[in-house]
Amino acid sequence: MEVWLPQLFAGLGVAAVLLLIALGLTFTFGQMNVINMAHGEFIMAGAYTPYVLQGVMGAGLAGVAFGLALPVAFLVTGMLGLVLERVLIRRLYGRPLDTLLVTWGISLMLQQLARDLFGAPNVQVVAPAWLRGSLDLGPVTLSYARVFTIALVSLIVIAVGIYLTRLAHGRRMRAVMQNRQLAGCSGIDTNRVDQLTFFVGSGLAGVAGVALTLLGPVGPGIGTVYIVDAFLVVIVGGLGQLRGAVIAAVALGLLNSFLEYGSTASLAKVGVFAAIVVFLQFRPQGLVALRTRALT
Amino acid sequence: MSALRPSRRTFLAAVVSLGLLGACVSDSTEGGSAGGGNAQGDTIKVGILHSLSGTMAISEVSVRDAELLAIEEINAAGGVLGKQIEPVIEDGASDWPTFAEKADKLINSDKVAATFGGWTSASRKAMLPVFERNESLLYYPVQYEGLEASPYIFYSGATTNQQIIPALDHLKAQGARTLFLVGSDYVFPRTANQIIKAYAGANGMEIVGEEYTPLGNTEYATVVNKLQAAQPDFVFNTLNGDSNVAFFKELSNVGLDSTSMPTLSVSIAEEEIRGIGVDNLEGHLVAWNYYQTTDTPENEKFVAAYKAKYGENRVTADPIEAGYVQVHLWAMAVEKAGSTEVDAVKEASKGLTFDAPEGTVTIDEENQHISKTARIGQVGADGLIEEIAGSDAPIEPDPFLTTYPWAANLSQGNG
Repeated sequence: MEVWLPQLFAGLGVAAVLLLIALGLTFTFGQMNVINMAHGEFIMAGAYTPYVLQGVMGAGLAGVAFGLALPVAFLVTGMLGLVLERVLIRRLYGRPLDTLLVTWGISLMLQQLARDLFGAPNVQVVAPAWLRGSLDLGPVTLSYARVFTIALVSLIVIAVGIYLTRLAHGRRMRAVMQNRQLAGCSGIDTNRVDQLTFFVGSGLAGVAGVALTLLGPVGPGIGTVYIVDAFLVVIVGGLGQLRGAVIAAVALGLLNSFLEYGSTASLAKVGVFAAIVVFLQFRPQGLVALRTRALT
Repeated sequence: MSALRPSRRTFLAAVVSLGLLGACVSDSTEGGSAGGGNAQGDTIKVGILHSLSGTMAISEVSVRDAELLAIEEINAAGGVLGKQIEPVIEDGASDWPTFAEKADKLINSDKVAATFGGWTSASRKAMLPVFERNESLLYYPVQYEGLEASPYIFYSGATTNQQIIPALDHLKAQGARTLFLVGSDYVFPRTANQIIKAYAGANGMEIVGEEYTPLGNTEYATVVNKLQAAQPDFVFNTLNGDSNVAFFKELSNVGLDSTSMPTLSVSIAEEEIRGIGVDNLEGHLVAWNYYQTTDTPENEKFVAAYKAKYGENRVTADPIEAGYVQVHLWAMAVEKAGSTEVDAVKEASKGLTFDAPEGTVTIDEENQHISKTARIGQVGADGLIEEIAGSDAPIEPDPFLTTYPWAANLSQGNG
């Protein structure tokens, strides 16, 4: 009781972070098969957004600036993603290895750009007053920052779920993913759908970046911290599967926090990686796989 | 000063392009070297080898800046041996093999007289064989885990008996009986913790927990849960880099502050405080040999010069000061030796003293470390560090802890 309850919450906290950073990737990597190594730098761009806004609006409005940063970061990194898609990735569809190298190069350039703009050291994003402190529930201390991340990611998952299943845009996106030619034949402008998908996926990375300023560092290099975990969640969950990503993030988060409690952080990382390797041996398509009758 | 302008500008251009280049192609060896001119006769080349890209750039860029400031000062005063110093800047890119490769390039193709560089112990360990093989000098500016004394390295940062042991003495004097050790998983924290455990054993302190997290780890909920379960008197923190941000944010998010969970850190200086957030760090302790607030006339001058060159917003910190000091120590030794020849410089360095911003420092005759004053500091609301305790005089470096009987069985790396 004393051990597992706080660890359960810690695990859910980790899961929320994992899901947050992976959600955008389920769009760009999962739906479009683009290995976007610059996804981490979109998170970084998102994390700098509240820093810039707080600088502009002054210390008195730090909380407002933080709230405002959520939609602003979505737009800023969404546009960044759109430009990247239009200028480079569009030319590289169907060439995953080339996209990997190109986007990796872009990620290094974005890191250096951030270093030149904001300086090499980490910067401080002031957490809004209402997100400081914690809720004491006997054996468990729930920090508001963690509750906020969990709530935010739940909201995004619901919104994305509705978008993909209920809205025409989302349904078109799924149609293109399942069978590009047939979707095109049915009159869907696949080119436009690709743009929109990339915009949403990149924008979600920006939102993740804003939330992560509550928990982690804000600096030019933070993208590299998160990128590997993001890909792991998407791969374990199954490409382009929202439900798969949610299950994978929760499973990996809980596994990580319980392993870490029983051993050490380094060993827990090893354990999680080993579990993923074994899992993918038996289910290379991930937890949830798309079934289609397309001839590929 | 105005005579320096053009060279400084090409310099900055070179630095920027080098940074970009280093970021794009971290293995390029023939990257543009600063200055570029081949005026072999009138200049003395020195190497500057820090991570200008990658995870360590966050710390090392400022040390490079301090070293360039020192070079500029020396050049403005006439240089060494009547020649101007020409820095050749390379990017170690936070990658240890790259440090070794770039060190080799500086020594063998740029023919530098000495190299200033490194931050992590891993980068120093990677460069050490290169400097020993080529019989060239490395000046290393960061506090480290001790148990090393290469004849080709000058250690201008603290060794353990000038930082960690004084910190432990302070905690003991404060009545701390139980310690929890939190560190990054690499050579410095593991060796440091080995020393801390030996000290604790000899001084009646109990280690109630020991946790290592991978470098760059940003998830500390579990570690903090373990801390809360163990309730130590003090947390001894040897985390490095970005991990500190996540660790202190987590502590503060669950409502733990410097009274309910006091910590003492050995890798957090003025530069890192802003990234972590002053609110999250206020009241916590650190141990170093220098703070921006250190009260000496030399420091007043140093801080003013550093801010004038790099901006009012910049802060100075221990490794930055050490980077600045080591360039001056090298220049003094060369001047005294009348040559840049390695053996002559080493000989001239013995017992050399310099009025540094941290106070008077002396190069040890035997182990090429320098004597330093230990200072325990507390993070204030303004984001600066105030000294609250310290050794009255500089402490002689003792990298192998030969004067501490409890340290008899320590050897490197057996974490």
